Amino acid sequence: MSQDSFDARAAVLLSPKQQRPASALSAVTTLAWRALLKIKHVPFQLFDVTITPIMFTLLFTYIFGGALAGSPDTYIQFLLPGILVQTILFITVYTGVGLNTDIQKGLFDRFRSLPIWQPAPILGALGGDLFRYSIAALIILVLGTILGFRPEGGVVGVALAFGLVLVFSLALSWIWLIFGMIVKTPESVMTTSFFFLMPLTFASNIFVELKTMPHWLQVLVRFNPVTRLTDASRGLMHGQPVLEDVLWVLGASALLVLITAPVAMRMYHKER
Amino acid sequence: MAPLAIETKGLAKEFGATKALLGVDLKIPQGCVYGLLGPNGAGKTTTIRILTTLLKPSAGQALVLGLDVVHEAAKVRQRVSLTGQYASVDEDLTGYENLVLIARLLGSSWRDARRRASDLLDVFGLAEAAGRQVRTFSGGMRRRLDIAASLVVKTELLILDEPTTGLDPRSRNQVWDLVRMIAADGTTVLLTTQYLEEADRLAERLAVIDHGRVIAEGTGRELKASIAGQTLHIQVADAKRRVEAAELIARRLGAGLLAPGDDVSLVVKVADAAIAADVLHTLSQAQIRILDFSLGAPSLDDVFFALTHRPTVTSLDPIGVTP
Repeated sequence: MSQDSFDARAAVLLSPKQQRPASALSAVTTLAWRALLKIKHVPFQLFDVTITPIMFTLLFTYIFGGALAGSPDTYIQFLLPGILVQTILFITVYTGVGLNTDIQKGLFDRFRSLPIWQPAPILGALGGDLFRYSIAALIILVLGTILGFRPEGGVVGVALAFGLVLVFSLALSWIWLIFGMIVKTPESVMTTSFFFLMPLTFASNIFVELKTMPHWLQVLVRFNPVTRLTDASRGLMHGQPVLEDVLWVLGASALLVLITAPVAMRMYHKER
Repeated sequence: MAPLAIETKGLAKEFGATKALLGVDLKIPQGCVYGLLGPNGAGKTTTIRILTTLLKPSAGQALVLGLDVVHEAAKVRQRVSLTGQYASVDEDLTGYENLVLIARLLGSSWRDARRRASDLLDVFGLAEAAGRQVRTFSGGMRRRLDIAASLVVKTELLILDEPTTGLDPRSRNQVWDLVRMIAADGTTVLLTTQYLEEADRLAERLAVIDHGRVIAEGTGRELKASIAGQTLHIQVADAKRRVEAAELIARRLGAGLLAPGDDVSLVVKVADAAIAADVLHTLSQAQIRILDFSLGAPSLDDVFFALTHRPTVTSLDPIGVTP
């Protein structure tokens, strides 16, 4: 290395001064920007988000629609709000998977050794998730409209329903964040989470009416927050909102966050 | 004496029943390259994770740039940069985006962050790969990017955890050049390594750490001088007769081998050249053919073995080094 190029290099290294680290808000938005870049560079991760819901909607509408509701056209009015709930709840798993990957790759150590507001990496990741949820919702709604879904609540009703699903999803994400910090690999985060998600979404009224189930199951399913969320979404989308359902979902979300977020943050600060 | 960059007293760390550190005392002056040398599991990484606030010590105290790592953790994070053992950059992002990300988190405006990222990529010889995803980078490129990410803002203390583990010789030399360049810039550098050669060539002072304790401290020369006398390296022609040769030498000198070496070489500590000649004579009398021998000052390998009484990663094996 010649002296000249050395001096030039040293000058570059010396040039920055110490500066105040990013504010909490700026750190969160920067880390959300990172999450969006990841989606841009690895569009494949949107595959699950888009293809699976399309497949589910088509399969259920045309294969089961006739049997379940008389005709596919009638069934999709019932199914679509539920499919939206299921799709987005499934994608929440990626929050835990992403956190786990960052821990395994040592990226979290880097973030944690930076002078930034410590919860920023988690909140930033949740910010990026919002984008993913929106894409998925948009795809479902466009497909639904093509297949004959006509929400009587109009754009406002659909937007409110989506908002409610987002609230519950962000609350649910904290559970996967905890899984993400417990288990060893991203794959096992996925497996563990689906183990809980499968019964949570299928033992609900997403696909069929509650009254078609055996009585003992109805009792259980009624306690499933996903049932309430689906009811609330259906009400909002079809212009017959049920305040009780909406409040129930908001309450369940708040409770979930109150319990899981402090646990997750404590684990996050704990050494590993 | 120069002010201390790092001072630890009785630093201990337990993970459940495992005792990773048993009381580490370090005094690292500012403005030098300091090496923390030891085999896998010696406690190097644990020490570093405590110094960078990622772990809390079970006992003892650590001051980094005069700040307590437990009670003034936020301030420590502001003034110290860490490059972890595994390149901690986002593989999905490009090299450029990774640096912009860190610069933004450290408080730069978008414009400054972009400029800084480009400058650093230039300096680190990564300008051409700037727009590529990091997952396509070679190990050496990743490591350079990782170090660049630690230099986004001027840092007073750079901590590198095994910066060259797993790198090919060329990349390793590049990293060494970088470390020298950063040190010439006035930054204190603390690096850990399992490689004696690396510690010897880069670090002005070093501490040898083993089983959670510092077992020796000083300059490379001081450590070598701690083994009195000279070291005789012998290579026997027939690997089958190596053990026999070792026994003969042990009987002759009343002392064992210094380091096991490989299956044809023997390393012996001798007081002077006359005794070395005597050892060689003993072997030739027993008709053990000697291919090669050399007599010289002990290497850090020899020092390490003398201190720990067990072999370690000896030389810089270019490929296939386990991290």
